[in-house]
Amino acid sequence: MNDILQELERRLASARLGGGEARIAAQHAKGKLTARERLEILLDEGSFEEFDMFVTHRCTDFGMAAQRPAGDGVVTGWGTINGRLVYVFSQDFTVFGGSLSETHAQKICKIMDMAVQNGAPVIGLNDSGGARIQEGVASLAGYAEVFQRNIMASGVVPQISVIMGPCAGGAVYSPAMTDFIFMVKDTSYMFVTGPDVVKTVTNEVVTAEELGGATTHTRKSSVADGAFENDVEALMEVRRLVDFLPKSNREKPPVRPFFDDPERVEPSLDTLIPDNPNQPYDMKELILKVADEGDFFEIQEEFAKNIITGFIRLEGRTVGVVANQPMVLAGVLDIDSSRKAARFVRFCDAFEIPILTFVDVPGFLPGTAQEYGGVIKHGAKLLFAYGEATVPKVTVITRKAYGGAYDVMSSKHLRGDINYAWPTAEIAVMGAKGAVEILYRSELGDPEKIAARTKEYEERFANPFVAAERGFIDDVIMPHSTRRRVCRAFASLREKKLTNPWKKHDNIPL
Amino acid sequence: MFDKILIANRGEIACRVIKTARRMGIKTVAIYSDADRHALHVKMADEAVHIGPPPAAQSYIDISRVMAAIRETGAQAVHPGYGFLSENPRFAAALEEAGVVFIGPPREAIEAMGDKITSKKIAAEAGVNTVPGYMGLIADAEEAVKISREIGYPVMIKASAGGGGKGMRIAWNDEEAREGFQSSKNEAAASFGDDRIFIEKFVTQPRHIEIQVLADGHGNVVYLGERECSIQRRNQKVIEEAPSPFLDEATRRAMGEQACALARAVGYRSAGTVEFIVDGERNFYFLEMNTRLQVEHPVTELITGIDLVEQMIRVAAGEKLPFSQEDITLTGWAIESRLYAEDPYRNFLPSTGRLTRYRPPAEVAAGPMADAGKWLDEAAPRGETAVRNDTGVYEGGEISIYYDPMIAKLCTWAPDRAGAIEAMRVALDAFEVEGIGHNIPFLSAVMDHPRFVKGDITTAFIAEEYPEGFQGVQLSEEALRRVAAAAAAMHRVAEIRRARISGRMDNHERHVGEDWVVEIDGHRWPVKIKADRQGSTVRFEDDGDYRVESDWTPGRTLAVLEVNGEPLVLKVNEIRGGGFRIRTRGAELKVFVRTPRAAELAALMPEKAPPDTSKMLLCPMPGLVVKIDVEVGQQVEEGQPLCTVEAMKMENILRAERRGVVAKIHAAPGDSLGVDEVIMEFE
Repeated sequence: MNDILQELERRLASARLGGGEARIAAQHAKGKLTARERLEILLDEGSFEEFDMFVTHRCTDFGMAAQRPAGDGVVTGWGTINGRLVYVFSQDFTVFGGSLSETHAQKICKIMDMAVQNGAPVIGLNDSGGARIQEGVASLAGYAEVFQRNIMASGVVPQISVIMGPCAGGAVYSPAMTDFIFMVKDTSYMFVTGPDVVKTVTNEVVTAEELGGATTHTRKSSVADGAFENDVEALMEVRRLVDFLPKSNREKPPVRPFFDDPERVEPSLDTLIPDNPNQPYDMKELILKVADEGDFFEIQEEFAKNIITGFIRLEGRTVGVVANQPMVLAGVLDIDSSRKAARFVRFCDAFEIPILTFVDVPGFLPGTAQEYGGVIKHGAKLLFAYGEATVPKVTVITRKAYGGAYDVMSSKHLRGDINYAWPTAEIAVMGAKGAVEILYRSELGDPEKIAARTKEYEERFANPFVAAERGFIDDVIMPHSTRRRVCRAFASLREKKLTNPWKKHDNIPL
Repeated sequence: MFDKILIANRGEIACRVIKTARRMGIKTVAIYSDADRHALHVKMADEAVHIGPPPAAQSYIDISRVMAAIRETGAQAVHPGYGFLSENPRFAAALEEAGVVFIGPPREAIEAMGDKITSKKIAAEAGVNTVPGYMGLIADAEEAVKISREIGYPVMIKASAGGGGKGMRIAWNDEEAREGFQSSKNEAAASFGDDRIFIEKFVTQPRHIEIQVLADGHGNVVYLGERECSIQRRNQKVIEEAPSPFLDEATRRAMGEQACALARAVGYRSAGTVEFIVDGERNFYFLEMNTRLQVEHPVTELITGIDLVEQMIRVAAGEKLPFSQEDITLTGWAIESRLYAEDPYRNFLPSTGRLTRYRPPAEVAAGPMADAGKWLDEAAPRGETAVRNDTGVYEGGEISIYYDPMIAKLCTWAPDRAGAIEAMRVALDAFEVEGIGHNIPFLSAVMDHPRFVKGDITTAFIAEEYPEGFQGVQLSEEALRRVAAAAAAMHRVAEIRRARISGRMDNHERHVGEDWVVEIDGHRWPVKIKADRQGSTVRFEDDGDYRVESDWTPGRTLAVLEVNGEPLVLKVNEIRGGGFRIRTRGAELKVFVRTPRAAELAALMPEKAPPDTSKMLLCPMPGLVVKIDVEVGQQVEEGQPLCTVEAMKMENILRAERRGVVAKIHAAPGDSLGVDEVIMEFE
């Protein structure tokens, strides 16, 4: 009996070593943690339950039969984050460079199936050289098995990918279909084809970092939702994000004890809107002052900064925030900001996370670049996302709400539950200057008349009351009371039930 | 007494005058420029009159506009505050003509003291010590030596036409005087074409100490002790205190009596200040007389219990001073720190913008001012040591580019100097300012500086102690451990809350342990935290127990704690990766508290050197790129325009700081950039 127990100990110890001490040291030398070390940071201490530690590949070609390390390059199982169940896989770069074999894929599929069945998020830590070439098509099949599960799990359990090393070729499509992708600066990259192929095919010379590093994907491509300095910071922030998310679409978002007064007033918000309507201000200040404890987890912070998306809590409950940012491009809606916000709204709706929208939008960005780029269909994504969302929706218009962009930004007409406006709100088809130029084209030669017409238009429409008279705005609220009013609004919507007509699925303008 | 007065000023001093007027039952009128439409003094006053565009020349110091506001509101008297029109004889004359009382000295006194040469002459005639010197023509080196001996070494030999240190020598003996005279003369001739030379006493270890005087229209003049104002940066006072740690009773009396003599000599009325320069041997010499209320007047109020603004108003209304010199006593110690909107780490560059957070420490009334029932904020609770904050701003307000960047004067009072310093340290730690740069870390640094603590200061203190500018504060290991213990206890509280989230696996909840490692300022200290009902005991493996008590809860940006029974106040913000950014005692620290295993793994993370920004052009403010003036590969000269960024409707031209070749351009016209985003790189 004793011998048998010792044999288990021996096998466990060997499996834990992955690719061996030399490769672990090499991993550390690159500033990276090993697969198991990463899980130690990600999960509550001592909570990890590993599956399939003894799985080995079945390949016999190219001399592979001689090397059959236990675990086959990926560590899988479940654990808890602040006591809540999550399923995890963590690719082990020290074993065959983390390459994906048939059995490696099977391990991932197993925990994904369990996650969907048991209603818990899947967190994947990616650090893999790609397909296990020795296995050929079996490896490709493995990828597809994972893809299919990503698709099936989408909208059922939150899926989070952390890119902590290479992620290239077909491998990128699994993270691509998850809800959030985070990257580690300097040590991770993602691309469909690497710099060598790029050089061969297009003659472009580009480094891996430039082609698919964290900066590229958070600022240019928007493939990634955030980038972090190192492995530890990235994993700590994933813990923080998980605390905002429900475990699945079968439960409401979590509630956490909070130490902030829902009645807190913020007199400084009364001066947030500058006297000059063309002067920007920082919308993040409003978000931070409304949120519990000023805690805001921003998604896609570096991309399309003219719109802000992220999670806050109100009375300890998660709320998704979408807000125009007047500091950037005057907060205008364009292709990038519409896509960014639409995806975020759909995530919130899928997981029963109420949506708070702060509006200061001068309209859609004009120009050939936008029209050629298809702003019509991209803008429609955000419109569609808001309109189909059945979660509680509370909207506060702080300043401009012009034209079609007014409609898009969670307006009453898109089933906004509670729509407030600050006294500084201007809800109109367009700004006074533009409107007057169209309405009084014949008087354009007379600056005095135009000035008078502009003033007249401003007095009539540069306020929230025209909209309020029609009931498009439920109330005009004092800026300092925004937190209290918004908290109470969401409190009244906690039991909201709204169902869309049955359909196989909708046909959002992708 | 007046029914209504107008305050011809803005900011904290306008607010301060309004407080006293209100207590006296006098109605107040504020004036404001466009930039001050929402300013605090406008909100506080009973009436407010708009007087013009933001530049002071077109508003606050435009006499005709101020006079119009007076006529419009029927104010019977005007308090000018400091700066602006406070020492403008034309304004005093205009008021006189309009039959409006000036709450300040007679016009003649302003005029007499407003001129450097006249004031020195009058002072000398009144028996006030002036810096000994010889203004006449000096024939040769031997005469220079003779004069120098008469004045007494050391002396300063200066070119009459001089400036900028040119043609200036300090001589400590005959030989140096001889040489100095010759070289100064040559240099002066070469530089200015004027070789006239004069010699005056060189004041060593100079301190700036000033005497507060108060005079009524009935011939009564008293002095209210001194203020030590030696902590200055480029002639701008930063920290003042009363009394001076340097003066003895005899010197104080001598200075006070001379100050009163000067006040009498010019027929002074109202509050005034006689500034002296004092050397290391307590010799003092007249500098100038300020015929107005000084910025730093609160420290005098705090140790005398006399409301100077009240006395100014009463004197202006014709009342007699209700006390004589024998009634004046100096009790305890008061210190004032001036909070400026400036970035201490970037050579004190002025900072403007929106105050997203502004929470001064709570006022506490104590000392003579409180005992006399003169405390300005009537709601302030009584205590042992006093905290007073004179301010003109509020959270959500704007610091504009148009006026003085001073946002508050934080004062403390305690029975002794050490107590006042300690109270100031705590009060500065408890002061929350966000949205703009501020000099709180620098003020804290001075409060802990051994020379300041000893009182061993001169006007050169800042230049000598911070020759390379302010680089932040290095806390002692003992102080760091106190912060580490506090952070550990706070982190544990935050972790316990995290572990109480809903949706946990029953019976398999996260257990928040007792063993932690605190990473702070390069240290990694293992600690064991034992929590009980009152607080936590944090045991350092290598340094025993630290007892931490606090009512801090997660998310609060100010942590008020007791560590081993002593107060510790931390400004706290959460940062990425589960850490805290903490400001205390002038130090800015990143603190991470991790489980031992996590700490071990975190130690493997590479130190990432911050990017070398010396070869980059960074965007100095959030704005829109309007124009890029250069191309990749182009050679640029120092001062050459590189790019134009529009921010807040203003175009800012960014210029090359040195010669170089443009290597990469990251921004294009139309891009909107955040602070410190890279616009271009150089080779």
